[in-house]
Amino acid sequence: MSADSSTTPAPPEQIRAVPVRHPGRWIAAAVIAVLAAMFVHMLATNPVFRWEFMVDNMFSDAVLRGARTTLIMTVLAMAIGILLGIVLAVMRLSANPVVSGAAWVYIWFFRAIPRIVLLFFSASLGALYSTYDLGFPFDQQLMDLFGFEGDWRFLSLDGNDIFRGFVAGLLGLALSEGAYAAEIVRAGIQSVDPGQTEAAAALGMSRGRTMRRIVLPQAMRVIIPPMGNETIAMLKDTSLLIAVPVSNELNFQLRAIGSRTFQVIPMAVASILWYLALASLLMIGQHFLEKRFSRGFGNRETRQQRAARQARDVGSTH
Amino acid sequence: MVEARGVHKSFGHVEVLKGIDLTVAPREVMCIVGPSGSGKSTFLRCINHLERIDAGRLSVNGHLVGYREKGGRLHELRDSEVAAQRREIGMVFQRFNLFPHMTALENVAEAPVQVKGVAKAAARERGAALLERVGLADRMHNYPNQLSGGQQQRVAIARALAMEPMLMLFDEPTSALDPELVGEVLDVMRGLAADGMTMVVVTHEMGFAREVGDTLVFMDDGAVVEAGDPRQVLTDPRHERTRSFLSKVL
Repeated sequence: MSADSSTTPAPPEQIRAVPVRHPGRWIAAAVIAVLAAMFVHMLATNPVFRWEFMVDNMFSDAVLRGARTTLIMTVLAMAIGILLGIVLAVMRLSANPVVSGAAWVYIWFFRAIPRIVLLFFSASLGALYSTYDLGFPFDQQLMDLFGFEGDWRFLSLDGNDIFRGFVAGLLGLALSEGAYAAEIVRAGIQSVDPGQTEAAAALGMSRGRTMRRIVLPQAMRVIIPPMGNETIAMLKDTSLLIAVPVSNELNFQLRAIGSRTFQVIPMAVASILWYLALASLLMIGQHFLEKRFSRGFGNRETRQQRAARQARDVGSTH
Repeated sequence: MVEARGVHKSFGHVEVLKGIDLTVAPREVMCIVGPSGSGKSTFLRCINHLERIDAGRLSVNGHLVGYREKGGRLHELRDSEVAAQRREIGMVFQRFNLFPHMTALENVAEAPVQVKGVAKAAARERGAALLERVGLADRMHNYPNQLSGGQQQRVAIARALAMEPMLMLFDEPTSALDPELVGEVLDVMRGLAADGMTMVVVTHEMGFAREVGDTLVFMDDGAVVEAGDPRQVLTDPRHERTRSFLSKVL
């Protein structure tokens, strides 16, 4: 019996049924469209908005400088905060109770204090001690014990110099962020299957390498979305820098124009648009980060695999 | 190669290993079978110190596992020393435990590069050769989630072999696989045994134990009930517990 492949049976007739109607969806869409039209109409015709004034002033030099400070502060505070968070999370997961306890105390303290309070305090650190020295712990007490003069310090900094403005603000925000980041990183690390650590250990990998090469890369998938939240929150918390005081940031500059010219609402709208734009930029960044760390978790071909497949296909038609 | 004398292990108040005496000679393939909860996986994990033993002596290639004997006392080994011991022992897990963010080739090359300091290019070459040996040369750039269970387990075997161990431990390597994929993994293990690898295999595959195993060990309730030539133990077990277990499994 020979298989005859030249006459294939006709494909079955496709079903062409009348689809279910969803009048509710159409009504909802119409309602939303009308509301949107009303909103746009209000924006366009209400005289309080003063669009030309807003556009003229929201890109002034002072505002742009403020936006730059805001962005730089966000990036720096997040960078320091995330590094601190990773260190704290690893400490928290340590078997050493002193190390783990110290991390716990830090996280407890810095999550509890509101950032504005922290920034006020950070700014006053210049008043707490006039100089900050780096040296051997308890050196003066040990010297007194043995009856010597002098000290074992090698670096002396003026309190008012370092705890001023930008640095004070950065310190407050970064230390606060470290605590939140620590819990997010710890959640990410704990979300990784313990079998991964076992497999790495069975291969003879040290704990440090296992953490860096195997656990943290997988933890990133769980860490990035909440960390994106934190970054956008940090962008907005830069408006708290007024507590330090740092006035060269976005929110203060826009409000200053508003109160000076009595055009409060246009500048408030400008503020909304600026923060919306900057946050959207950060969200795009988050999207690319997530893609980078999702290697091996989706089901799409990588470029390498597509190239290999195409090479194979070309070969098979010969 | 592996010597266990009076090995005891408890998890809290539950004693899981109640005095295991076993010897595995070089090039021997030992298959350990038994009901779940008998402690066979725990014993396997004690061999590479993934579990710490509570009493007795366990040594691999003459060295105590996890401890050093000095001046009549046992000293715990540092993490780096334990890691050095583990380099000589390869382990294959029931759930494969491949690194999902790396391709098959990267999985295999990872340990030689990170642990032994082998150059990346050399590790990749050797990795490619190992993947070819397990029959996955055309899949080396695939991620684990693009591979079937049997393929993943074969990559896991290649990954363990990349460290050139003198002993391979298999913890129910085929238990998580669909039946039709079991054969391809057993074939690879058969090849390893033929090449002279010392293997300790916890398994339910009696066919494999009979054909490839040199020793069959039946464990129940934390103790070795019976051990001997697989053909003899499977067809004519001496103990009643062995008999009843085999009647349920065969």
